[in-house]
Amino acid sequence: MTDPSAGPLTTTSVREAVPGQVRAEPLLKIRDLTVTFASRGRAAVRAVDGVNLDVAAGSTVGIVGESGSGKSVTSLAAMGLLGRRGVEIRGSVDFDGSDLLHMPEQELRAVRGREIAMIFQDPMSSLNPVLTVGRQITEILVRHRGLSGRQARDRAAELLQSVGIGDSLRRLKSFPHQLSGGMRQRVMIAMALACEPRLLIADEPTTALDVTISAQILELLRRLVADTQTALVLITHDLGVVAGLCDTVHVMYSGRIVESAPRRPLFADPRHPYTTGLLASVPRLDAPRGVPLLPIPGSPSDTLPWARGCAFSPRCTRQVDACLGAPPVLEPLALPSHLLRCVNPVPPRKHLG
Amino acid sequence: MSLLEVRGLKVHFPIKKGIVLDRTVGQVRAVDGVDLSVEKGRTLGVVGESGCGKSTLGRAVLQLEPITAGTVVFDGEDLSRLRGSALRAMRRRMQMVFQDPLASLDPRQSVASVLAEPLRTHGVKGPYEKRVRELLDLVGLPGSAANRFPHEFSGGQRQRIGIARAIALNPELIIADEPVSALDVSIQAQVVNLLEELQERLGLTYLVIAHDLAVVRHISDDVAVMYLGSVVEIARADELYARPLHPYTIALLSAIPIPDPEVEDRRERVLLTGELPSAANPPPGCRFHSRCPFRQPTRCADEVPALRVLEGFPGSQVACHFAEQIAARELKPVHAEAAEPAATAHGTDTPPDSRRSSAGSPS
Ligand SMILES: Nc1ncnc2c1ncn2[C@@H]1O[C@H](COP(=O)(O)OP(=O)(O)OP(=O)(O)O)[C@@H](O)[C@H]1O
Ligand SMILES: Nc1ncnc2c1ncn2[C@@H]1O[C@H](COP(=O)(O)OP(=O)(O)OP(=O)(O)O)[C@@H](O)[C@H]1O
Ligand code: SF4
Ligand SMILES: [Mg+2]
Ligand SMILES: [Mg+2]
Repeated sequence: MTDPSAGPLTTTSVREAVPGQVRAEPLLKIRDLTVTFASRGRAAVRAVDGVNLDVAAGSTVGIVGESGSGKSVTSLAAMGLLGRRGVEIRGSVDFDGSDLLHMPEQELRAVRGREIAMIFQDPMSSLNPVLTVGRQITEILVRHRGLSGRQARDRAAELLQSVGIGDSLRRLKSFPHQLSGGMRQRVMIAMALACEPRLLIADEPTTALDVTISAQILELLRRLVADTQTALVLITHDLGVVAGLCDTVHVMYSGRIVESAPRRPLFADPRHPYTTGLLASVPRLDAPRGVPLLPIPGSPSDTLPWARGCAFSPRCTRQVDACLGAPPVLEPLALPSHLLRCVNPVPPRKHLG
Repeated sequence: MSLLEVRGLKVHFPIKKGIVLDRTVGQVRAVDGVDLSVEKGRTLGVVGESGCGKSTLGRAVLQLEPITAGTVVFDGEDLSRLRGSALRAMRRRMQMVFQDPLASLDPRQSVASVLAEPLRTHGVKGPYEKRVRELLDLVGLPGSAANRFPHEFSGGQRQRIGIARAIALNPELIIADEPVSALDVSIQAQVVNLLEELQERLGLTYLVIAHDLAVVRHISDDVAVMYLGSVVEIARADELYARPLHPYTIALLSAIPIPDPEVEDRRERVLLTGELPSAANPPPGCRFHSRCPFRQPTRCADEVPALRVLEGFPGSQVACHFAEQIAARELKPVHAEAAEPAATAHGTDTPPDSRRSSAGSPS
């Protein structure tokens, strides 16, 4: 379903150079998004550094990366949810022709309620503790979908059912604190689905859930994208989830995208040492046993500012002199939708048969 | 002989109601009849959904929870019969590694003092500098770490300190409860490898509790799958993936995503619906019957299946009335409506093992 030529792009000029572009405009276009946190008395933190991202209707884009690499901040900044104090946001975020970064707050809020939904990493932050779950879901259905009270209640029960919460009519009367963490997470997913959004951003939507429940939710998201042409941005640290669900994958490290590709080339032919390192360090359920894991050395705190070279270089097994000095650039490989930010990439895998 | 033998272990927590009278109105059957054993020098992994009783089991083995019924036999001694110094001496031979070992620690305590603490409490005479250095070396930290403080370390390094603390007294059994789940993916492998290396060097026996089946399968010789307080299947780690026998194990394995699009696109999932029922009110009969896609009209809802060896599967034990028929594929899973696979990626209607054979051969 993904046109290989419709990947994310480094600059607009690269975009124009892509031959055979047949796809419609992406629904969400993030260009050169840069987020800097600066509070008095502390060094400024550049959490996101020049990120470009395209998401088309009916497609799923995955963002993976180390804890602290800027995945959540990217999506929060794009949705205008970071607040204004102590944050500097640059770049542009185009949603269906309008720039979210420069939209008046009220208008932005309306777009977020009606057309864009977000599932947060921490469910408590977006549930209202003093309202029942049912009230919170029906409110959305009444306000944004124009349902009557009765219709809204039935639909709310249906939504809870669809995220695997049984006995849903009773559950609608619960307050958030009466639910387990996993259930809260699913209530939030139900609320996001209630909007029937055109764009859904899911930040680690299933990390807190058991695998059997997680599989159920991922299946739901998969069908949502296929059936309603929703555009989905999926932030996760689980490479397995990415492999099963995402059309395009962006790998982030220290605020920048270091590799992006459609999922098949990304897994069949990963080229960035961080990507290959991640893949070699997680045990696979279907791998023969006794194959030792190859950990990435060091820890995420061993990082270099991009201005001084590749941020991953202190942990990289392929580091050469050229990695230091100037920051490596994100460039397309032979497959134009496969972008890489590395001066000494892992050689292409030799394909067997 | 097994180093650890658990027989018929039950840990029930009373549910209290009322402020004055404190009536007991029910029981949470956190662990409800668990049998397992771990041979010296081997690793048993315990997996299962959140709340199924894994941590309670681990704590009960260490006598940190009151045991309702059953026995824990360590190196031939029934721990429940031991008191005072005899129990202390036994406890010294068993140690625990936690999810985030230093979360509860005094941030003003240096690493040296963290590592010396178990030595001191068990009456080992100081000075401890030499042992502290040895321990740091064993877990791959520099000697200079001794004078630093927990918060100055990354998650992975902190887990190394937690492991160093656990091995300080030369224990024989280590119970590790979610040892890597709090760590960043890129450093989980470091800790997994360290645990394996220490096992080899020090001849340790492990009970590893985790919800991540891929990690557990990687480090374990045998794996016990728990569901709602009891063990539904125990098998050799390689057998468990190749031939899961219990419906819950089949569903669990099929739900775990594999980082390979080729495999993911071909996989058939056995999706479960509904929640893990409450341990305060477990379903009668087979605990799993309320969610089981292989449930049959007879026996499942009213007869508790015993954990038993199946003919033809000598390395495994399974608690399911219909395990033979399921293994022979005479019974097929019923897909609940909500679990209908999407036509795009998972459209085929093959039994769970057929995708496994396609997963096994990358050609
Ligand atoms: N409000 C804030 N003020 C200052 N720094 C922040 C703030 N929010 C995030 N950061 C920093 O920005 C960086 C990126 O954080 P972000 O939450 O995007 O990481 P992430 O990739 O989502 O990680 P995780 O996988 O742990 O969720 C981190 O270094 C974080 O400490
Ligand atoms: N002290 C206690 N009092 C009452 N109930 C308890 C107590 N400790 C645990 N439980 C209950 O016992 C059951 C098993 O809990 P346990 O912590 O052993 O599960 P677990 O398998 O370790 O879960 P997780 O994967 O979430 O850590 C749960 O229903 C829990 O609520
Ligand atoms: S005994 Fe019945 S309900 Fe239980 S696992 Fe087997 S088939 Fe399923
Ligand atoms: Mg995040
Ligand atoms: Mg636990």
